[in-house]
Amino acid sequence: MMKKQIWGFAATVALAAMAAVPASAHRQWMLPSSTVLSGDDVWVTVDAAVSNDLFYFEHQPLRLDAVHAWAPDGSDVAIENKATGRYRSTFDVHLTQKGTYRIASVSDSLMGSYDLNGKTERLPRGTTTANLAEKLPAGATNVRTAEANNRNEIFVTVGEPTTTLFKPTGKGIEMVPVTHPNDLFAGEAATFQFLLDGKPAADLAVTVIPGGIRYRDQLGQIDLKTDVEGKVAVNWSEPGMYWMNVTTPHAERQAGDAPPPVARRASYVTTLEVMAP
Amino acid sequence: MQTPSRTLLIGGSLSAALTAPVLAAAPATMDVTITIPQLKVAEYHRPYVAIWVEKAGAPAKTVAVWYDYDMKKNEGTKWLRDVRQWWRAAGRTMTFPANGVTGATRAPGAQKISFSRAQLGATAPGAYVLVVEAAREVGGRELLRIPFTWPAKAGPGGRAAGKTELGAVTVAFR
Repeated sequence: MMKKQIWGFAATVALAAMAAVPASAHRQWMLPSSTVLSGDDVWVTVDAAVSNDLFYFEHQPLRLDAVHAWAPDGSDVAIENKATGRYRSTFDVHLTQKGTYRIASVSDSLMGSYDLNGKTERLPRGTTTANLAEKLPAGATNVRTAEANNRNEIFVTVGEPTTTLFKPTGKGIEMVPVTHPNDLFAGEAATFQFLLDGKPAADLAVTVIPGGIRYRDQLGQIDLKTDVEGKVAVNWSEPGMYWMNVTTPHAERQAGDAPPPVARRASYVTTLEVMAP
Repeated sequence: MQTPSRTLLIGGSLSAALTAPVLAAAPATMDVTITIPQLKVAEYHRPYVAIWVEKAGAPAKTVAVWYDYDMKKNEGTKWLRDVRQWWRAAGRTMTFPANGVTGATRAPGAQKISFSRAQLGATAPGAYVLVVEAAREVGGRELLRIPFTWPAKAGPGGRAAGKTELGAVTVAFR
């Protein structure tokens, strides 16, 4: 009985540690060659990586398996010329419509554990709500799950910005533009609304970091919180590329305390280009 | 001369009607001279230039865009967004080539262009701003603003001088 409890304890601690990884470790990003485009037949090329500095590829490439692109009319657009190198991935998107495109890597997974033959086991990687039944071995009991939704997306606009692609799916953290993400100018404040599972998400931590970290001493991080409506206003002092991250709160735990329960986790990342006035 | 002022009288309010004598004598044309500077650079390309009119509370009205409009497959439009203030104010909602607006890039020197009151979108009396923005491939960008009022007096109507991508820009009414 005692042994069982300890196992359960250890597994939950391991889960909590795992869950914390995406938030505490390196930064994930996609960097488009342009966010504001003109012309009838244009392309955007995107670098995608996981790194410490922004926006330098010095650690790991972002895997492209989950990357998709949508045209302004909602149709799928091919990810072309995909390549994954040692430090970064790269791909192209052919922009043949006018309006705002969305390029996103979205992962929805289940974390959790189950008991089998007196032992607590972790759910394997790649478990989702859809495949939970087949991932669970026969005889598994006391199944505990928590959903983790990670969204990393960027926007690029040909001609006039459109908002057709901002219809929330109701899963994880999503952005609703108040200010369009492709209409950002230094010296002007921009407002975005964030939803968690389709509802305005109050008190979420919003982190904004300007690119070019390598050439300055201070990180320049801007820490903000969403208000009761899930809205946050960002003041852009300088033009440039900015990394923005929004996450659900991290469970804090003192040594010796009981482990926090496996909690709902969601994270949102985008790269925003702020133009010179 | 007769027709535009009469049209305005019909469409205008009482105050417009009261100012009718002034309008009848008002100039109908704005002449703009834009000096494109001669630059000693290793790789020179003629600038893309956008000229537009702003009025508080009204959408910006593009009156001319000089760009590489004659490239195959409309490829010259790819760089229009580099004229970035104009692109935001007006360009991104337009389709190209745009009738009566599209023009070829122009060489260094004094370039003259004229606009009718209708072209300027200055049908209502009031304060306007003529904006000229130039962006040069592998070069810089510069924007100049010249306020004017309509109805305007005949003769010189304002000037501005750039430092890098634009020289003197002058406005006159006739």
